[in-house]
Amino acid sequence: MEESKKIYWKGLEQLTNDSEFVKHADNEFGQAPEENTGHSRRDFLRMMGFGMSAVALAACEAPIRKAIPYVNKPMDVDPSIANYYASTYTNGGDYCSIVVKVREGRPIKVDGNSLSSVTKGGTSAQVEASVLSLYDNSRLRAPKAFNSKTTWENLDKIIIDKLGSVATSGGKIAIVSNTILSPSTKATIDKFKAKYPSAQHVVYDQVSAYGILKANEESFGTAMIPSYDFSKANVIVSIASDFLTSGVSPIEATKQYAQGREVGEDKKEMSRHYQFETILSLTGANADYRTMIRPSEEGAVGVELYNLIAAKAGRASVGKGKSVTYLEDAANDLWASRGKALVVAGSNDKAVQVVVNGINDMLGSYGTTILGTPVNFRQGNDEAMANFIKDAEAGNVAAVIFYNCNPVYDHPMGANLAEGLKKVGVKISTAYKEDETGTLADFIAPDHHYLEAWNDAEPKKGYYSIAQPAISPIFKSRAAQESLLVWAGETNVDYFEILKNNWKSWFFTGGNFQAWWDKCLYDGVLEKPGAEVALSFAGNVSAAADSIAVNYKASEWEFVAYENGTVGNGSQANNPLLQELPDPITKAVWDHYVTVSAKDAGDLDFREAKTLYANLKINGKEVKLPILVQPGQAPRTIGIPLGYGRTKAGKVAETVGGANAYGFVTMVNGSLSFSGAADFKASEETYQIATTQTHHTYMGRQTVIQETVLSEFQQKDWQREYQPAVSTWSDQEDHKVKPGELSMWKGHHYNNHHWGMAIDLNTCTGCAACVVACNVENNVSLVGREEVINRREMHWLRIDRYYSSAVQPESWSWKQAEAAAENPEVVFQPMLCQHCNNAPCETVCPVAATTHSTEGLNQMAYNRCIGTRYCANNCPYKVRRFNWFKYHDNQQFATSNPAMNTDLGKMVLNPDVTVRSRGVMEKCSFCVQRIQNGKLGAKKERRPLQDGEVVTACQAACSTGAIVFGDINNPDSKISKLLKIRPTKNKDDKEDITLVDKIADNPRAYQVLEEIGVKPNIWYLAKVRNKSKVEAQVN
Amino acid sequence: MPSDSRFVPLEVKPDTTPIMIKHFTSSLSKFLSVVTLLVLISFTGRSQSIPEDAASISAGQALFNGNCKSCHKIHQQSVGPALANVYERAPSIDWIKAWIRNSAKVVASGDDYGVKLFEEYKKSQMTAFTNFSDEQIMNILAYVQDETKKGPEVASPAPGTQVTGGEGNGGLPSNYLNVILIGMVLILVLLVIILGFLISSLKRFLDQKNLSEEDKEVVHSPITVSTISRSRGFVFIVTFLVAALGFKAVINGLYSVGIQQGYAPKQPIAFSHKLHAGDYEIDCKYCHTGVLKGKSATIPSVNICMNCHRAVKTESPQIQKIWQAADWNAETLSFGPNQKPIEWVRIHNLPDLAYFNHAQHVNVGGVECQTCHGPIETMDVVRQYSLLTMGWCIDCHRKTDINSKGNAYYDRLVELHNASGKGNMKVEDNGGLECSKCHY
Repeated sequence: MEESKKIYWKGLEQLTNDSEFVKHADNEFGQAPEENTGHSRRDFLRMMGFGMSAVALAACEAPIRKAIPYVNKPMDVDPSIANYYASTYTNGGDYCSIVVKVREGRPIKVDGNSLSSVTKGGTSAQVEASVLSLYDNSRLRAPKAFNSKTTWENLDKIIIDKLGSVATSGGKIAIVSNTILSPSTKATIDKFKAKYPSAQHVVYDQVSAYGILKANEESFGTAMIPSYDFSKANVIVSIASDFLTSGVSPIEATKQYAQGREVGEDKKEMSRHYQFETILSLTGANADYRTMIRPSEEGAVGVELYNLIAAKAGRASVGKGKSVTYLEDAANDLWASRGKALVVAGSNDKAVQVVVNGINDMLGSYGTTILGTPVNFRQGNDEAMANFIKDAEAGNVAAVIFYNCNPVYDHPMGANLAEGLKKVGVKISTAYKEDETGTLADFIAPDHHYLEAWNDAEPKKGYYSIAQPAISPIFKSRAAQESLLVWAGETNVDYFEILKNNWKSWFFTGGNFQAWWDKCLYDGVLEKPGAEVALSFAGNVSAAADSIAVNYKASEWEFVAYENGTVGNGSQANNPLLQELPDPITKAVWDHYVTVSAKDAGDLDFREAKTLYANLKINGKEVKLPILVQPGQAPRTIGIPLGYGRTKAGKVAETVGGANAYGFVTMVNGSLSFSGAADFKASEETYQIATTQTHHTYMGRQTVIQETVLSEFQQKDWQREYQPAVSTWSDQEDHKVKPGELSMWKGHHYNNHHWGMAIDLNTCTGCAACVVACNVENNVSLVGREEVINRREMHWLRIDRYYSSAVQPESWSWKQAEAAAENPEVVFQPMLCQHCNNAPCETVCPVAATTHSTEGLNQMAYNRCIGTRYCANNCPYKVRRFNWFKYHDNQQFATSNPAMNTDLGKMVLNPDVTVRSRGVMEKCSFCVQRIQNGKLGAKKERRPLQDGEVVTACQAACSTGAIVFGDINNPDSKISKLLKIRPTKNKDDKEDITLVDKIADNPRAYQVLEEIGVKPNIWYLAKVRNKSKVEAQVN
Repeated sequence: MPSDSRFVPLEVKPDTTPIMIKHFTSSLSKFLSVVTLLVLISFTGRSQSIPEDAASISAGQALFNGNCKSCHKIHQQSVGPALANVYERAPSIDWIKAWIRNSAKVVASGDDYGVKLFEEYKKSQMTAFTNFSDEQIMNILAYVQDETKKGPEVASPAPGTQVTGGEGNGGLPSNYLNVILIGMVLILVLLVIILGFLISSLKRFLDQKNLSEEDKEVVHSPITVSTISRSRGFVFIVTFLVAALGFKAVINGLYSVGIQQGYAPKQPIAFSHKLHAGDYEIDCKYCHTGVLKGKSATIPSVNICMNCHRAVKTESPQIQKIWQAADWNAETLSFGPNQKPIEWVRIHNLPDLAYFNHAQHVNVGGVECQTCHGPIETMDVVRQYSLLTMGWCIDCHRKTDINSKGNAYYDRLVELHNASGKGNMKVEDNGGLECSKCHY
């Protein structure tokens, strides 16, 4: 909004108007590939000659292609028709109920399952990307014993033998795992323990919530995590909890959070969100008020908030807190909306969590925003795990089975464990890939990938979920549960039968079992919520406050190790979809780095992501990582993403490298602490971080983002401030018309459908699940680190992350920039082809390779494109992508783009979408293959197309429903109602819906760069911040 | 251009195919149909008279042709028994209904008639039509009864004569062409003769005049091959013709790059469409099951062949190849463990960049198979009949009316189109020429 004098910028380079940045921003394509091949004109003629004769030869005989039908065609499988299976994604304590799309027997896409009332059809980037992990070339092909391939019979024989001798000597057997959500797996482990009574089950989590478990044990008497409901909270205060990315249940939280953030004509209320944190997290980026605190202050801020509210509630104050900006406002707001308030903390210290429990108790959150239905997501026990590692080091463990976990990499004491394992007699891993732990094991009994396996899950008490295989096992893997049972001496084990019988005995209540079971499989979920546990707080806040005062001391530099939204905890680090996904905040790809504030980086040269290495010394470990300057980061702190520095995970993860940040984590107050003191020094060595931050930037166009504050939005007849108009000579009162009304084109008629999209900037959290979904659906090439640095990433859908500050710096001085970058507001804007009705790209194509359809689509015919790139030059939104190389069947891109370069990887490709070749342009097609498929379905059934039958991949992936796609010719469609589409009048002065021009009466709806008159088919809904007035963050 | 990577060969193991969403519905529908059957049987007095109205007969005919014809004829024994008088021969109408819906069940129940029939037909099992409604079965019986009453067609001409007749019709235009050619040659010869006469009479006329020696020489100079070949006009014409023909040949050659019209490769099994689709009139959809459902019409899987060939012509070496593929066990009448898919040679190859969907054309558009595949029912060896070029597609999209009748999807479009008064709504009028209808 120009009037409010806010400025938006994507990166500090843009804010300071760095010359390098200006150079790149002006240049559409960055640098063209340097191809000094040294060919002369003669070479050209020679090659022409050869080419001609080659064509002539090739024309002689077409290759013989085979068509191989089934021998015995399964009844439900029809070639070219997709089947959908409800299943469940579990990865340690992460859960998502999903629907798997299967073509000709191969899973090619994962969508959310809307029947689950836990995830409600939402997904995350990691869930969307997990389908490529199925086709990971580094998967184990067969079981391994002592580093060489073996058969299952042989493996079982040795293991049974060894375990037997351990059992007779009474040696300790440990089963180590992450949180197990599956009740049947837990039952299996119990059976194993019955056979080997000396066996113990040790559970740990990469990102632990043990502090919450212990705090709740102290507060309520049971070590459990309750269900949070962010949708019911009018005021949310988060003390360093990134609940949208790495909380206990991020997909569920995202869905609920967006419900509270949604506004409309009939709902002019939204939740207010205060965030107190060190690094700029995704959650913090979505907050209304954000305050930077140091990690050592988390507890003290909690205590202060407790005291502020205790004063109102008439309870005794405890300890000494630390007052920070907005904390008092937060306390006032919380108290004012008692019973509709929620306070969460990210700390894994039970003392901090007890204080937060105390606050929630005073606010009456229990039973309203915090429900007594226990969740099973993070059940890891930090102390038990530490004890196990100490035991192993002391040589007290005789045998260990690592059930699908990798503690040597992702546990802080991983190095100790690696040492300790030398003293363990029998070491078995069941991971489906050979990882850091598996390498040290004697035996690897590979489990199936989750898409190949039967399993179940109980994410919340009473909420069950089934995982069914969507493909028969590709390799000679075996369900880990079967392995355990075989080693426990059972024969003829079939985990599917066990699972089915378990469900029959646990949940089946009579009737026709087969019909009931089929229904369970069809739905993927079975929900039998029990009564909620009443939570009555009995914690000792005073003692907790004292413990906080003792345990946390400020140091000069402090660090936070955090899970980012892409690679996460590192278990899927070998997935290039995630490595090439720009981090929602930093926009960095394919790199590990440390984030520091602009203030601390004052003397660093970090133009266009060319930066310096930092030497870090944390917890006695020294590492070297490049520095990424992050606006909104607390001064004198550093943020380090977890999940990097894998040494044995496959080519992709190993290429990225980095440092293992789990090693920095220490034990504080009986649980793992992901922050602490650090030693930070910038070195002289330079490095360039691959980041998409400033790629595809509009220069000086501040109106692409439009926002307001809730108090203004609530006013009657609210209008967006920015309403562009074009001056005209025509005889009107003010000689101004709306830009769309002037056009040199005749306009289109859309008799059938007119596809449009609405994107709500208010509910978009920037999580980037849509980007991965788009990649998978549309066979988008992954180009690798070098090519991203060359600005040639191929993503059809990008999420522009804008920082904003209230005041335009008067001069482009470094100090000004520093102040603006201290704690900026953040907006996320998904940007894709706008499918302009007056598309500038269409008019400049010399070969008519990009044209307009009768349904409003801007079409791209790859086979017609000759690669002039005029279209991309003329695109005001910079959404067109050029294939600078042949990314398929090209060894150069084998690591970054396995989906098009390995036989295994190619199985993930969507057969309905062409794989593009070198030299052609591509861009978002509005998932035209899905549109065509939806239309065909309606035509086959001889009925009109219903709204909601055509769903784009990004829309399906969006957990918050921020993306709405549909036919705006249909007045009953969701999008027409949301935008309040009104037809314009034709020549006969009659309203005609088939005309291209349509008016969106939703006052929040606007089109990006409306003033240039290209008439896009995508509307954005302006962002509303729940602030009392337009103001910048203060700190 | 785009690569082959869209088609990755995959070994699919159907035995472990996960339970489908449909399983639930299908088992439910089975259950429901059994219930309906029981209910219906209990009301035996009703609806047991076979309808005789024309509507039922024609509905029955359509059902018969679509589902029964591949195994049953009315007056002749085929794979299954001749159906004439079946309604009188069988124990009861209810028995027929139960048999059609699931013959295996009837046999398993120990029904005498059923077991006898099963034994008689070498234990080959009839396909179960679980989804047939009572009314549909009665319609089929109505058709069968109607045909039974009509009796076998006595004077129907042998198929061979029909074909010759067809050829005769096709021969007429070529005869015309010959006549025209001969006529033109005759006219040309006449012209040459007339010109010869003209020259000689002109010569005579000139000789009567007093010409100079030089002129006389010109008049009497003999017309030889060398004079003609040296004449400027001749050289020009010949050069032009050669250049034009050469140019045309190059252009034709370039245009034919990648075109495989007439491609008729040898297949691993000498399957004849002439025999199956032509002589036996088996419905195309019986084997090409995907044609109404999806993109691929699908090449039939071995189990479809085995529906008939477990009993029909089993001694033929070609059929033995199918048996081998299925690892057929003639004793237990079941597929064996060593199945080996048949590798047919693909005839119709579209480039990966073009998307073609059979369901859109055959199901929605109502296009006949022969429109693109030619007289497939006369082909012993299948060949690519059509060009399959983009021009060929576009041409049809320009000419063809949209099959909008009875399809509510098109209702609004038709209304709008008719208001514009541009005549019939062609495929082109609904964006049938747009890039992203076939290229994405």
